[in-house]
Amino acid sequence: MQFDFTGQEPIYLQVANQIEEGIFTGAFEEETQVPSTTEMSREFHINPATVLKGMNILVDEGLIEKRRGLGMFVKNGAYQLILTKRQASFYKDYVKRIIVEAKNIKLTEAELVQLIKRGFQTNGD
Amino acid sequence: MGIKVSEVTKKFVRKTILKNVSFELEPNRIYGLLGRNGAGKSTLLNIMTDRIFPNDGVVTLNGVAIHEHDAQLGKIYLMSEVNLYQKRQRVAALFKASKLLYGGFNESYAKQLCEAFELNPKLRFGQLSTGYRTIFKLIMALCLPVDYVFLDEPILGLDANHRELFYKELLDSYSRHPRTFVISTHIIEEVANMLEHVFVLENGKILIDDDVDRMLSQAYVITGPGATVDAYTQGLNIIGTESLGNLKGNYIFGNLNDDREIPDTIQISRMDLQKLFIHLTSEGSTIK
Repeated sequence: MQFDFTGQEPIYLQVANQIEEGIFTGAFEEETQVPSTTEMSREFHINPATVLKGMNILVDEGLIEKRRGLGMFVKNGAYQLILTKRQASFYKDYVKRIIVEAKNIKLTEAELVQLIKRGFQTNGD
Repeated sequence: MGIKVSEVTKKFVRKTILKNVSFELEPNRIYGLLGRNGAGKSTLLNIMTDRIFPNDGVVTLNGVAIHEHDAQLGKIYLMSEVNLYQKRQRVAALFKASKLLYGGFNESYAKQLCEAFELNPKLRFGQLSTGYRTIFKLIMALCLPVDYVFLDEPILGLDANHRELFYKELLDSYSRHPRTFVISTHIIEEVANMLEHVFVLENGKILIDDDVDRMLSQAYVITGPGATVDAYTQGLNIIGTESLGNLKGNYIFGNLNDDREIPDTIQISRMDLQKLFIHLTSEGSTIK
């Protein structure tokens, strides 16, 4: 896990994003435990209340759940939820920004489409 | 509940160190007390532990004044640069003496910390280096059964590894046994994310008393061509400015006017606590 402490994004959001990324990549598998608030707080020098705030975002999103006396666990179906969420925000998160930059550097729509095709053909190389 | 500092004023001869300072500490939170050299941080912490007395004002813990009240003062520990310990005493003996004074001391945890920091409890206090005196005092702070721990420059002389270990132990201990910590330090960057709430002391007055999250959510850096940046930030609370040729960065503390259209050529980014502190407390800063 890697945190950017230069302040571009609030730490609690970074905590939520990092755990989500862990679930998405399979580092935290469904039905297994995620690191405890104490562990994360201790390891990254973050106030436990901040870590908890981040965890609660994921609880609200239905990605993790608290099991009494045991800790936080990744819920069944969490991967699919993240996948759906990221697909839904792909246009806003990525496509819009690509278009803005393409316009800045005076690429035409056809040229941009060509580049995207090339990316697919060469597997992003 | 908690510690309440009410209208505290402290004068030394002609100089007023603290001017009518008031704020509250709640149970079980981690606070930062920040300020430039000479802002009055140590004086304030000394007053809050009855080591020195204010000319005016009062400090209470759970509604009862702490002044000359042993039971109240037994719930507060101040770790500071001042060495209150006899040089000939051995570390282990000093731990024992504190146990009597404070009515308890977590000996097994102290032993574990001594091992982790490689502090030999058989050494005499006078034999310890600056760094190890700090370590000794930190172990004391973490092992005493107090509800309020004040740490005045807690990392004095500690190397990077020992600082890292200290932050870990502090948060671990806090999670297991919540109590209030007040950390006063100039190394803001290293402690920023551990703090929930911050007090900024400037020239003997409380300049900021706010949650870290809220402070940072209204701190922005606006960069771009000078004229555009100035036009966009006109009327906002500008706390600092930097320029490089025609490129300018204005540091803003306060809300941005959301109705204003953001020009394509400017960039809005955030700043961290240390940067915000520097601009809030630098000479000529406009916030008052």
